Amino acid sequence: MNELQKQYTKILADYIEEQTERNLYIGQNFIRQLLQKNIAPEEVIHIHKSAVEEIIDDFPISLRHAYDFLIEVMVHYGLALSEHKSLLQQQEEMQLELQVATNIQNMILKSHVPKIDGVDVGMISVPARKMSGDYVHFIDDKNRYIGIAVADVVGKGIPAALCMSMVKYGMDSLDYSESEPERVLEVINRIVEKSVDDSMFVSMFYGRYDVETSTFAYGSAGHEPALHYKAASQTYEELVAKGLLLGILPDGNYEQHEVQLQQNDLVIMMTDGVTEIRTNLEMDAMAIITSIISEHKHERAQQIVDEVFKQLEKMQNFELSDDFTLVILKKN
Amino acid sequence: MNIIFQVQESEQVIRGMIEGELDTFTAPQLKEELEAMELAEGVYVEIDLSKLNYMDSTGLGVFVGFYKRAKREQASVKLVGLSSRLRRLFEITGLSDLMEIENEKRVELSNEGI
Repeated sequence: MNELQKQYTKILADYIEEQTERNLYIGQNFIRQLLQKNIAPEEVIHIHKSAVEEIIDDFPISLRHAYDFLIEVMVHYGLALSEHKSLLQQQEEMQLELQVATNIQNMILKSHVPKIDGVDVGMISVPARKMSGDYVHFIDDKNRYIGIAVADVVGKGIPAALCMSMVKYGMDSLDYSESEPERVLEVINRIVEKSVDDSMFVSMFYGRYDVETSTFAYGSAGHEPALHYKAASQTYEELVAKGLLLGILPDGNYEQHEVQLQQNDLVIMMTDGVTEIRTNLEMDAMAIITSIISEHKHERAQQIVDEVFKQLEKMQNFELSDDFTLVILKKN
Repeated sequence: MNIIFQVQESEQVIRGMIEGELDTFTAPQLKEELEAMELAEGVYVEIDLSKLNYMDSTGLGVFVGFYKRAKREQASVKLVGLSSRLRRLFEITGLSDLMEIENEKRVELSNEGI
């Protein structure tokens, strides 16, 4: 400290003697040194006071009091400053942790599109923000059945991500014997209901395709109905099944229905990020989607979903307002 | 994008009117205002949605949360003035079987009988 005091007194004396840019510059450099050494603001004033006392012979007592006063009040200023610094540091740490969490979420929630003879599945899921509230889960017995769950957690960010993980582990715990849609929805509802706060819930569509009989059984927990495109008549039909959102009541009753798929039929499952698109055109989102699909129905399922996303994104000026998930199952 | 929530309170009846768009950005504001509403046994809350231009699932979450609280405190909630789009949203989600909803805004009740 003594060394710093001496240096500062010299710099100040030089400046009082001659107010040049150069002398000012030396002072600025000196302050930078103090910052690096983490000298608190009130200590800087103390150094200044001692320097003034030494340089000016008849330093009035009233000014001395004034400096003491400033030193006292700057103590609080210094405290606030260091608090601010540590908050910034904490924020940086949290952002880092959030990034790690996002990576983990992306890793554990990664869905692998199953490959089974006789059926072609395409999927696209794009988050609007860092963490997605949409989730697609496939149950695949590599033989006869494919189970497809498309879920949307209401609420965004970390709570939604945690909820999503619960759904995932719930789905993982099911075995194939329990993969009837009504059963799946009942089980997941019980898991979500127990552990979620009041304004958070999940909508989920679950369908199970039987390759041997070409039947698609499905149920819905408050989810957007899937569409069934019938190649023979070139028409779309909604696959409606009654059922309350997951996580609202402990006992959910879910309807289960079945539909028979013919060659080149499509089942189109989506989240409301797809149907709730806001475009400048006053057009029905569903009409837009079905027209894009009809145009590309001869392509592979993956190409169709990519094309729908590409065109809808263009309509929204490349800005997603909600997570976007679309899954198409095509019977070969 | 914004939202306006207006409330009229008389002893056992609270009427609210929501105007604007209800989405991820505006939902927290409405949630806060609904949470601040004092409910008690026998209180009847009617929320008019006829001037709500847009609502996504986050908005639905706000109503579900409010409905659950009202149920716990034995108050009743009714949503009125739902457009066909909103009605569809409540039907798809199964909430129309749980909560009371009404399409048209009903004729103002006279003070008798309340």
